[in-house]
Parts: sequence; C-alpha cells; structure tokens
Amino acid sequence: MINISEDKQNSFNQNEHKVANEDDIKIYNYLNLGPTHPSTHGIFQNVLKLDGEVILEAEQTIGYIHRAFEKLAENRPFYQVTPITDRLNYCSAPINNIGWQMTVEKLIGLKVSKRIDYMRVIIMELARINDHIICNSVIGVDTGALTGFLYLFQFREKIYEIFEQICGARLTTNIGRIGGFERDFSPTVISKIEELLQEFPKALKEFEKLLTRNRIFMDRTIGVGPISAERALEYGFTGPNLRATGVDYDVRVMHPYSSYEDFDFTIPIGTHGDTYDRYCVRQEEMWQSLKIIEQALKNMPEGDYHTEVPEFYLPPKEDVYTTIEGLIWHFKVIYGEIEIPKGQVYHAVEGGNGELGFYLISDGGRQPYRLHFRRPCFIYYQAYPEMIKGSLLSDAIITMSSMNVIAGELDA
Amino acid sequence: MVDNNILSDAVSAQFGSNIISIEESYGMLDFIVEKDMIVALLKWLKEHETFEFNFLTTLCGVHFPEKKNHELSVVYHLYSMTNNIRIRIHVFLPITKPEIQTVTHLYPTANWMERETFEFFGIKFIGHPNLKIILNVEDMDYHPLLKQYALVDNTRTDKDDKYFGR
Repeated sequence: MINISEDKQNSFNQNEHKVANEDDIKIYNYLNLGPTHPSTHGIFQNVLKLDGEVILEAEQTIGYIHRAFEKLAENRPFYQVTPITDRLNYCSAPINNIGWQMTVEKLIGLKVSKRIDYMRVIIMELARINDHIICNSVIGVDTGALTGFLYLFQFREKIYEIFEQICGARLTTNIGRIGGFERDFSPTVISKIEELLQEFPKALKEFEKLLTRNRIFMDRTIGVGPISAERALEYGFTGPNLRATGVDYDVRVMHPYSSYEDFDFTIPIGTHGDTYDRYCVRQEEMWQSLKIIEQALKNMPEGDYHTEVPEFYLPPKEDVYTTIEGLIWHFKVIYGEIEIPKGQVYHAVEGGNGELGFYLISDGGRQPYRLHFRRPCFIYYQAYPEMIKGSLLSDAIITMSSMNVIAGELDA
Repeated sequence: MVDNNILSDAVSAQFGSNIISIEESYGMLDFIVEKDMIVALLKWLKEHETFEFNFLTTLCGVHFPEKKNHELSVVYHLYSMTNNIRIRIHVFLPITKPEIQTVTHLYPTANWMERETFEFFGIKFIGHPNLKIILNVEDMDYHPLLKQYALVDNTRTDKDDKYFGR
C-alpha cells in the first residue's frame, strides 16, 4: 500500500480544482475522415471538428482523382469523348455514355428511330437499378447489415452480364455510338433481361423486408442528415436526393428525352429529405425502372438499331475492306474530318444521382471547343457539412453513403 | 404560360441597353449581358413573381483567345421549375481584368462552381466567401483550361519517351 503524502494529496486536489475551473473551455478533437477511409466509399477527405462524438464543423477536400476531363474532351474527336464519360459516375456508366451521344445528336439535329430510343431506355434503366443497388445496399452495410449487400450484388452482376452481352464491357461500358448502337440486342440479351425481370423483384422484396421496416435500420436512418426542400434547391440538388425532400423534379418527365414520354411510371418523393427518405425514394425508383423496362421490352418497335449518319457512325468492317465509300467514311470518322455545325447546346439526362448535364460548344472543328459536365455529385456534395452539423460521427457516414457521392463524378 | 418570347421581351424591357444580344438556339434563350449587370439580372429573374428562376443549373467558364477584350466568358444556366424553362446567360470579360461579382448570395450552389471556374480560368469572383482552388493542388499557379496550355506539354524534359512511350 502506498501512502500518499499530505503534500501530494494537496497538490492532487488543487489540480482537480483547476480542471473543474477550466471546464467551460472545451477541448475539441479534429478528425481526418478519409481520404482513404473504407467507409467513405471513395477518395475524399473531411476534416471534422468534434465535441466528443458530435460534429461541429466539417471541411471537405476533394479532387483526389481529378483527371481534367474537360481539358481531355477538348482534345478528342466527338466519338472519343464517350469513354471519358464512362469514368464520371462509373456505377451507371451507360447513362453518361448515352447522355453524351444524345448531346451530339441534338447538336447535329439527328433524330434516331423509336427502336434506338427504347433500347436506350432499357439500358439506362438497368444502369439506374445498378446505381441504386449500390447506394441502398451500402446504406445497409454502413448500418451493419451486410446480408442485403451481398444478396443484391448478385443481381448487379447479372446486370453487368447484360451490358457485357450488349457491348462487351462491364463497368466502363462505352455503350452505343452516336446515332445508335454498334449491334442489335441479341436473343441472349433479351432472355437475360427477361430473366432479371423475373428474379430481381423477388430479391428486391426480400431486401425490403430485411431493411425497410427494420427497427434498427429505421432508428439509424430516420431524421439523419436531413435537408429541407428550400435548402436543397438552393444547393442545386437533383435526382433522388432532391426528390427525397419532396420536390418532384425529374429530367425524364420535365424534359423528356429518348421517348420517355411513352412510358407509364411515377416519380416517388419523400417528405423530410433524411437518409431514410433517400433510401425509400431509391428503392421505389428501382421498382419504377423495372416497370419501364417491362414496358419497353413489350412495346419494342421494329426498326434499325442505328441511324444513317456516316459522319459519326463507323461503317461495318466488311464495307471498309471492300468498298471505297466505306473506307473513306472510316478514315473520316477516325480522323474527325467531318463537318459539324457551330453552336452551343445543353442537354441533360437523369443520371443515377441527379441531372447530368452536358454543355457543349462547337466551333465546327473536329473536337468540342468546350465541354462542361454538370456533375450532380459535385454540386450537391457542397451541402454535406451543413447536413451533418450537430449529428454523430456514425450518422455522418450513413449520410454520405445515402447521398451516393461517387468520387469519379465529384472530381471529374 | 411563360415562353421564350415573353421572357426575352420582359428582360429587354427591364434591362434595355445592358442586354447586348438575345439569341435562341436549340430551343434555349441565350442572353449576352454586360458584366456589371449580372447580379441585378439574376436577382431580378430569381425574384420575379412569374418567372422564378430559382435554380442555378450550372456555371462554367469559356476561353475565346481570338476575341479581343472579350477573351473570357462566364456562362450561367438557369432553370425555372415552375415554368419548366431553361435559359443561358453569357458574360464576357477581358483577360487582363478577369473579375466579376459573385452570385453565391443568390444561389449557394454557385460556391463550388465559381471555385472551379476560378481554378480553370482564373476568373476572380468578387465577394466569394472562399475563393480557393478546389480540384487541383493548392499551389498551382496557372489556369489549365485556358487555350494556351496544350494537353501534352512537349517542352517537358522530365518525361522520358523511353518510359512513357510518347
């Protein structure tokens, strides 16, 4: 037993007294969340000012995978920009590809056939499902439910198999061409989509049973990371994140492109703009996407899978090797020796997480004079510090995963 | 219902000679305005009781090296949710004095867009709360999207073709 001398005891008490006096001066912790933290799902850093576990302030650093796409696009012929767009939101690359192709088609005044429109709708809705699967199952993972993630990822694999059948690639698809597709849907593609339409709803229902009314999941997500509709509009939110706040803005309905006006679907909206609402909106959008795909498959019109635009659409290889015309067009397309109207055009599509816009200025040259991507992630990620202010650290993480911030699109 | 004609008439009636030109391309109105008027115009469009351009879709810069004294341009895309109409507004700036008023107080979303435009083109937004480089390293002292910078810098000696195969 150690006897503490009286002196020491006194000094001990004095120290205690001192600390009690300084109680009003709080000690804040600074925490680096990221850049390479597994739960940020991408490379971005947040410096958090914490009082215990409560977030007081957050400062974001972005740009870790900035690849200067807007500069790159100024140095490539129009058809070579498509692979760049793959790398924006790589969870739903086909939407970006087709959005870009439609921008060029709008510039040159090209009207594609209904069949191409319907094929595009099917591909874009598959991509949307793919995007939402990732986002929603990852919210599950961040709240501690890994099962749903693994379960739904089987179907993401199936969707990738469909993309592989259509264009040969899985993640960065480079799907389609300006003016249509390089080949028609094969019977395998159709049967694979039908298979998906059969099996996926069952799995999605089970996933919903697992999470949507789960006590733990609801406790973790309801009221977490909320944003009001007014603030969301001021911050330029679009897509599911805006719809979760109760604003029914969807590019597919407000500015129909690719024959979306032919389809019967509804726009789900939330009320509070919190993590749970964002989850629910995405979940319902997957059902709506399935409905759209079903309609598109059923009503698929007959027609050609590509339009006659020799200036942009590479001729079939047989023609290149056997006809002089094919060879000339092949050279012209590859070297970009084509006439393109001067002008500026803005085209937007409903991407996986918002309005993906392409602002293209053409000076008649072989490459875009200027191409600006309106990246929804870049725009709404600004609101993140405001959304997590006053919440717990663990809530900040599910807020981020429910916002579906994709690093590729954020940094471009 | 508001359409492009009503809108262009109303804007030119309100701002008169400050509107340099009004064009329509691909169904979207395209205004070119004096740079001093941009905040007043955006504020008017946002607070107008029927137009309600409450949504700044995107903001970006463009560089036109040939246009003397109008080398840089800032392009605003506005959207009116109630009328479902988009417009585009151009402002031209000389490269010797690339300064324009910020619109962050009207549209908080312009914050990062203006930072990006500053980084890419060197356009200074006066009154911006935090005008710093956002995507690249902070000490980058040039503005890469200006047209004088080639994509590949052929004068670099630190890259050996033997390794990089150029």
